[in-house]
Amino acid sequence: MPSLKDELGKVLIELGKEYGDMVVISGDLGKSTGASAFEVFPERYFNLGISEQDMIGTAAGLASAGKIPIVSTYAIFLVGRAWEQIRNSVARDSLNVKMLATHGGVSAYADGGSHQCYEDIAIMRCIPGVTVMVPADVSELRQAARAAVEISGPFYIRLPRGEISRIFEENSEFQVGKARRISEGEDVGIIVSGFLLPEVIKAEALLKKEGIRATVLDMHTIKPPDAEAIVDVARQTGAMVTVEDHNIIGGLGSTVAEVLSSKSPAPVEMIGISDRFGESGELSQLMDLYRLGALDIANAAKRVIKLKDLRRGMSS
Amino acid sequence: MKETTTNELSANLESSRSELQSLTEVAQQIRRDIVGMIKRARSGHLGPSMSCVELLVSLYFDQMKCRPRDPTWRDRDRLVLSKGHAAPALYATLARAGFFDESVLLSFRQIGSMLQGHPVTRIPGVDVSTGSLGQGLSIANGIALAGRLDGKSYRVYVLMGDGECDEGQVWEAAMTAGHLGLSNVTAVIDRNGVQSDDATEKIKRKEPLDRKWRSFGWQVLEIDGHNFAQIRHSFDLAESTTDRPTVIIARTLKGKGLSFLEGDANSHNVTLSDKDLEWAMDELS
Repeated sequence: MPSLKDELGKVLIELGKEYGDMVVISGDLGKSTGASAFEVFPERYFNLGISEQDMIGTAAGLASAGKIPIVSTYAIFLVGRAWEQIRNSVARDSLNVKMLATHGGVSAYADGGSHQCYEDIAIMRCIPGVTVMVPADVSELRQAARAAVEISGPFYIRLPRGEISRIFEENSEFQVGKARRISEGEDVGIIVSGFLLPEVIKAEALLKKEGIRATVLDMHTIKPPDAEAIVDVARQTGAMVTVEDHNIIGGLGSTVAEVLSSKSPAPVEMIGISDRFGESGELSQLMDLYRLGALDIANAAKRVIKLKDLRRGMSS
Repeated sequence: MKETTTNELSANLESSRSELQSLTEVAQQIRRDIVGMIKRARSGHLGPSMSCVELLVSLYFDQMKCRPRDPTWRDRDRLVLSKGHAAPALYATLARAGFFDESVLLSFRQIGSMLQGHPVTRIPGVDVSTGSLGQGLSIANGIALAGRLDGKSYRVYVLMGDGECDEGQVWEAAMTAGHLGLSNVTAVIDRNGVQSDDATEKIKRKEPLDRKWRSFGWQVLEIDGHNFAQIRHSFDLAESTTDRPTVIIARTLKGKGLSFLEGDANSHNVTLSDKDLEWAMDELS
């Protein structure tokens, strides 16, 4: 599997060549995130040390004076520690600050609970004007980063640690705010963003073997949500599963539930972190423990289909 | 070559060096404006606005390269009002300097007014939205870095409170500026010795404040923050220092200009009764 740090480095350099106003700010983790690759442009790379609030404030200043700052460090520290700076110094003025965070979710498995970030989507979603994206693979990472640099305003892009999948073709159709349909089916809709897309693809195959057809939606943009796509799937299937390596409070699942509850109510089973902190372990062990794997997803699909059938049975 | 303002007073400021007496008159007018604004709004930070009037007047009338009729002029000097609650002082200064009409001042804090409780960038002359303490110096550093990248010579001023130096981010930013030798950043600390609840030294000891900044790689100047000659001299010294940033610790009186408020901790967020207002206006006229 491609290395996240290598791919991030490559895309930053590529964008840096095209956009002379782009600068990169790291927080002593440039080697770990891959941002330090940008040192090929030494006057445009700023390692501000272990100071996330200063990183965001400095980025706000650079943006207000016409630069395009990319700020990169670990998710929980970037948007956790500097949340208020993002909200007050960046977002209130819609400044052109692009936050690319690594170590999102369960991919920080060895580091344990302090580092596994399961709250970032929730706390970025509730800041007005911030575009929130969770790319699922290398091509989405490149396209999201490019979109962030090209589209005005604050962006938060959450990336995993270590490795990143290769699922979509390079330059395949991609638009910020437009979810991608990966498969078609009338029985259940599965909406996923980011790291767990491969598990959803496996789950879809497992379900198909049992004659259950799923529509799978890759929702790389959490905010603004693709409400139309979400409602379409809900109307088509009547039963939804959401999948994220994030707290089921406040992330993708909540987003989908918010859209559906007023537009097209449908039962939603949420696969994700059940409001708990992470812990150290192997990735596969944590995936089992937190019930994020293909089997868990397939079982959730069956549960929600049952619930749909029950409700339909009751109303007929 | 300093850009000039356009109102009547500015006619006297045409020459390359202002008369300090004119600055004193401007300061008095601004103090009247501040009292009027806060009284009309029935809220606002009177004490902390009064203590930095001479500093703001010096910046906009005597020091900064700026064009009131072209507030986004790319080569302008910038001010970050990091102690954003002194907004009334900033607004009055901007109006008197010609950035917008003084008739707008009394709409302070009213719904729909551009004069929000704390500065926002939609106000002509405001470069950075502030209000949350401790964030301005980082932002100033960022602007200064952009200036360096673009080969510009503009300066970035940051006006901070002394209580504000409690915030950790101030020291992160101070380390950054010291480390990078950001000599185009000049910080000014409104050292009025009082924060919201009590005297600064009773809450979290800031002294020795000068040694702290010096140890972070800054040039430290200490002045009387109500003395125009000292203020001017310190800005000149900051401008001619090219290897490190400068912080000017300006000793001031909270509530300066109103004898019944000067130095009082309760003046942080007080509003005046009609009787107090009459008394205040009398004192300031």
